[in-house]
Amino acid sequence: MVHWSAEEKQLISSVWGKVNVEECGAEALARLLIVYPWTQRFFDNFGNLSSPTAIIGNPKVRAHGKKVLTSFGEAIKNLDNLKATYSKLSELHCDKLHVDPENFRLLGDILVIVLAAHFGKDFTPSCQATWQKLVGVVAHALAHKYH
Amino acid sequence: MLTAEDKKLVQQVWEKIGGRQEEAGAETLERMFAAYPQTKTYFPHFDLHHGSDQIRGHGKKVVAALGTAVKNLDNLSQALSELSNLHAYNLRVDPLLAQCFQVVLAVHLGKDYTPEVHAAFDKFMSAVAAVLSEKYR
Repeated sequence: MVHWSAEEKQLISSVWGKVNVEECGAEALARLLIVYPWTQRFFDNFGNLSSPTAIIGNPKVRAHGKKVLTSFGEAIKNLDNLKATYSKLSELHCDKLHVDPENFRLLGDILVIVLAAHFGKDFTPSCQATWQKLVGVVAHALAHKYH
Repeated sequence: MLTAEDKKLVQQVWEKIGGRQEEAGAETLERMFAAYPQTKTYFPHFDLHHGSDQIRGHGKKVVAALGTAVKNLDNLSQALSELSNLHAYNLRVDPLLAQCFQVVLAVHLGKDYTPEVHAAFDKFMSAVAAVLSEKYR
């Protein structure tokens, strides 16, 4: 079980409280598809992903980004029980979606960069450290049911 | 690996951080030590407190090397050859520094750290890492 200090929990909730889940999720997913183009293979039915502009404006990307980050919000509400929280999603990503868990780590890193761009100096080194830990732990939980 | 457009974007970013390069170096290291404590094992001889002269000095070195890379995008291998020796035989190349440097850029450039710039810079840092690891085997 992962231990979260009071300070870490505070850093997580204070940032999360200011996040626009729809915007942030859309941006993070778009950047994943742009910066790591091989991830587009999971989104065959999303339509036009032919350029950064197309990806950023793609309504399916935006919708799915929101879905992904909303799920992240669930993790934040269940910090002490992440493996159980993500158990079904983990099975889904392995058995049905066939996503290499390395991609969860990449998305996590991108999310941190998106937060940094939004919060600027307020995204202090301690803040970043806590969020890198969080995205790492979420990625780990999502990979947990892989077989 | 880097397209002409990528190179242009990387050079533009470098110009944008202009005089804040040294600061960026120190901040990158500080973030790296905070987020990835295992990286501290490479600096047992350093004072790693916030604002330490050693972090400042070393951050400046790291950024200067990246600056050299930016000026030699067509010839990274040669430009970073000596550093490649150091990294191959004494250190370990890991994407952790690259992540922290990108966070610093995002913090300072905000909206200007667009997805296109992000992609180009990510490719650049990967190219640098590849060159630095070149001599491993």
